[in-house]
Amino acid sequence: MTTTTPERATRPLLRAVRIDRRYLPVLGTLAVLALMLVIGGTRYDNFLTPIVYSNLFINNAHLIALAVGMTFVILTGGIDLSVGSVLALSTVIIAALLQAGWPVAVVLPVAVLTGSLIGLAHGVMIQVFGVQPFVATLAGMFFARGLCFVIAPESIPIDDPAFTALAGWDSWLGHFRTTAAVVIALAVVAIGFVVLHYTRFGRTVYAVGGGEHSAMLMGLAVSRTKVLAYVVSGTCAALGGLLFAMGNRSGYALNGVAMELDAIAAVVIGGTLLTGGTGFVLGSLLGVLTLGTIQTVIQFEGNLSSWWTKIVIGVLLLVFVVLQRALSLRKT
Amino acid sequence: MTTQPVVELTGITVEFPPVTALAGVDFRLYPGEIHALMGENGAGKSTLIKALTGVYQTSSGTIAVDGTERRFTGPGDARAHGISTVYQEVNLCGNLTVAENIMLGAAEPRLLGALHWRSMRRQAARHLERMGLDIDPGSSLDSHSLAVQQLVAICRATVGDCKVLILDEPTSSLDADEVESLFAVMRRLRDDGVAILFVSHFLDQIYAVSDRMTVLRNGGLVGEWATSDLPAGELVKHMIGRSAQVLESVGRKQGATARPAGTVPRLQAVGLGRKGSIQPYDLDVYPGEVVGLAGLLGSGRTELARLLTGADRADSGSTRIEGVPRRLHTPRAAMARGIAYTSEDRKGEGIVDGLTVRENIVLAMQAERGWVRPLPRRQVDEIVAKYIEQLGIRPANPEALLRNLSGGNQQKVLLARWLATAPRLLVLDEPTRGIDVGAKAEIQKLVAELAGEGMSVVFISAELEEVLRLSHRIAVLRDRRVVATVDAEETTTDQVVELIARGNVAEGDAA
Repeated sequence: MTTTTPERATRPLLRAVRIDRRYLPVLGTLAVLALMLVIGGTRYDNFLTPIVYSNLFINNAHLIALAVGMTFVILTGGIDLSVGSVLALSTVIIAALLQAGWPVAVVLPVAVLTGSLIGLAHGVMIQVFGVQPFVATLAGMFFARGLCFVIAPESIPIDDPAFTALAGWDSWLGHFRTTAAVVIALAVVAIGFVVLHYTRFGRTVYAVGGGEHSAMLMGLAVSRTKVLAYVVSGTCAALGGLLFAMGNRSGYALNGVAMELDAIAAVVIGGTLLTGGTGFVLGSLLGVLTLGTIQTVIQFEGNLSSWWTKIVIGVLLLVFVVLQRALSLRKT
Repeated sequence: MTTQPVVELTGITVEFPPVTALAGVDFRLYPGEIHALMGENGAGKSTLIKALTGVYQTSSGTIAVDGTERRFTGPGDARAHGISTVYQEVNLCGNLTVAENIMLGAAEPRLLGALHWRSMRRQAARHLERMGLDIDPGSSLDSHSLAVQQLVAICRATVGDCKVLILDEPTSSLDADEVESLFAVMRRLRDDGVAILFVSHFLDQIYAVSDRMTVLRNGGLVGEWATSDLPAGELVKHMIGRSAQVLESVGRKQGATARPAGTVPRLQAVGLGRKGSIQPYDLDVYPGEVVGLAGLLGSGRTELARLLTGADRADSGSTRIEGVPRRLHTPRAAMARGIAYTSEDRKGEGIVDGLTVRENIVLAMQAERGWVRPLPRRQVDEIVAKYIEQLGIRPANPEALLRNLSGGNQQKVLLARWLATAPRLLVLDEPTRGIDVGAKAEIQKLVAELAGEGMSVVFISAELEEVLRLSHRIAVLRDRRVVATVDAEETTTDQVVELIARGNVAEGDAA
């Protein structure tokens, strides 16, 4: 479909108008997000306010972190079902250790490294022992969830002064309020973006998703990259746990149940193909914001059950998957 | 040449139990030569290359590079030591940009540790220019044709310190001009002192470009010659281990001109077409007749076959089988009417490479019976043994996994699968592509025999001579349209070429 004989004179014009097909899904997500904001804005008076935008980020900071990690894994063509449980485990470890009187400076690295270790275990299971990603991370999901209950079946409140100070820190950028959790989440997005686009590891993630065998024959470090992608996801999940604990000031074994599915939904709505190789972290960020906006709209509606959120997400997911399918069909 | 070989393999053996793919082969490659590696499918060419680059483990033998013994852990390791490979299929990542596909993994330009995209694209553009390719390095690879992708793959291989360039069937997807520009690049690299290992099935290409050749047969070494010392006939003899004359005699067994008047066509397509795929066409296939489809790549040969066999659904026209109108909406429906189709995409739509030869052969037959009535094992073994023998499938082991067979033998297994269902019309899409002279001749001979026994065959091939020699009638396609149907007996290659090129004949057959 690419025309090979464009006249030189008309070329700049075409350049300006034509959008790279790679960005189409992300632009689609952006359009949907904008559309929902406009609809919300016309229906409700105080919808398009800085507070609503701020809360969109504040309420979903943990999901942003999960989605970034999930993007890495899905780009390689894998899946990580454990992130919800790892998030819970991270909140429980943080709360339990703080309660035991450990200093914050030790507790947070321990919690995050636990996530990395679980990710490493997934990666090794998948790459060395050839276990399907679905099965390996399903096992990890049960393992992490079970471990939460072993540590503490009840919710543990966090009242460590240093932690609450960190969690309570906020700053006003004009009328927008940011919290420490939002800053961390956006930093994760920025790091994820740089790693995916400006490191050999990041490009290898794309290469593996585009064709594992080809990537191997191109002499790229396929095994290491796949393992590392799960480490990234586990780390991001544990970071998500930290952000979640900062929001809730507690650790509980039943946090983040089914949250891995939200993360996957956000990544897919953000334009990443489940088969791997195409997608962007910024798309995943848009995906999370879209999910958050749906939730906000339904809250504003007031008399609608919150389960409508799930229905709308389901429909949106279906529409996006069909759209992607149509796009990739047109390509061939 | 008295210099030291840049690569020297001694007594290399590679085994995939129970198959011995390579048995004690010696091979030498000197700087500044184009060395052709010759052999039939299954001779061990690909295995030799993969053993050299560390994809396969050798069970014995030594590999020396510049006189130092080495054992590479994989293509990346081999590349780091100056040995780059370009494979038959384009093994690049279509989702990445052209620049990345050329530069990634080697010394990518960096700025403060991060990939520097701009200079990466600039360097890639320089490498592309050297190859005579004018494409945007920032575009994604899969927006380009297969031929361009292949040249990009070669471009990638020559980046950095490349002492040895291995080209495994790089020309199978290129047209004549592209082959010529590839050869120009190869000759220049050779003059720069690069050692090039070249594998191709096209004998004229080998003679056009190579300096020396090594011939393998059945996993063993036959010998090494200077290209100028070995005439093509001798070479073929060495490759197949028997006289070439026997193979040349393959052709039509019986003329179909003797068709009695009033014979009902086995399959009659009237106005069969599909939007965006192929324009409505008429085609009759009579019992015992081989109908060839001739046309360029993309002219609609495969699309025609797919409509005929229900693999794609027609949106206009009708089909009659033995004179009775029948709708063939699925391959299954076609199978039930005795029509079998072997796809040109052997890997994707044909063989199941994780199953054994036996399982692959009985697959269609079992599907036809229905899965609730399994074939008795003894009957299966008989059928499988019969086809392994009849088609000369190697290794003659029903339990060998299909992925360990060569392309030609996989094709034979595929043929056996459909022959086992005893079809009345067999549609063969490029059954001889990418397979060696010997296997090709065997398949041609088989087609002629089957037609002689009364089977109807629709034969598709990119090689005009093959189509002409084997067919009774030829349907010529151009731009997704059947432009003419001619009698093969009265037509020469030149006339068919004329038809393909111009789309109509002096007779004014098609508007």
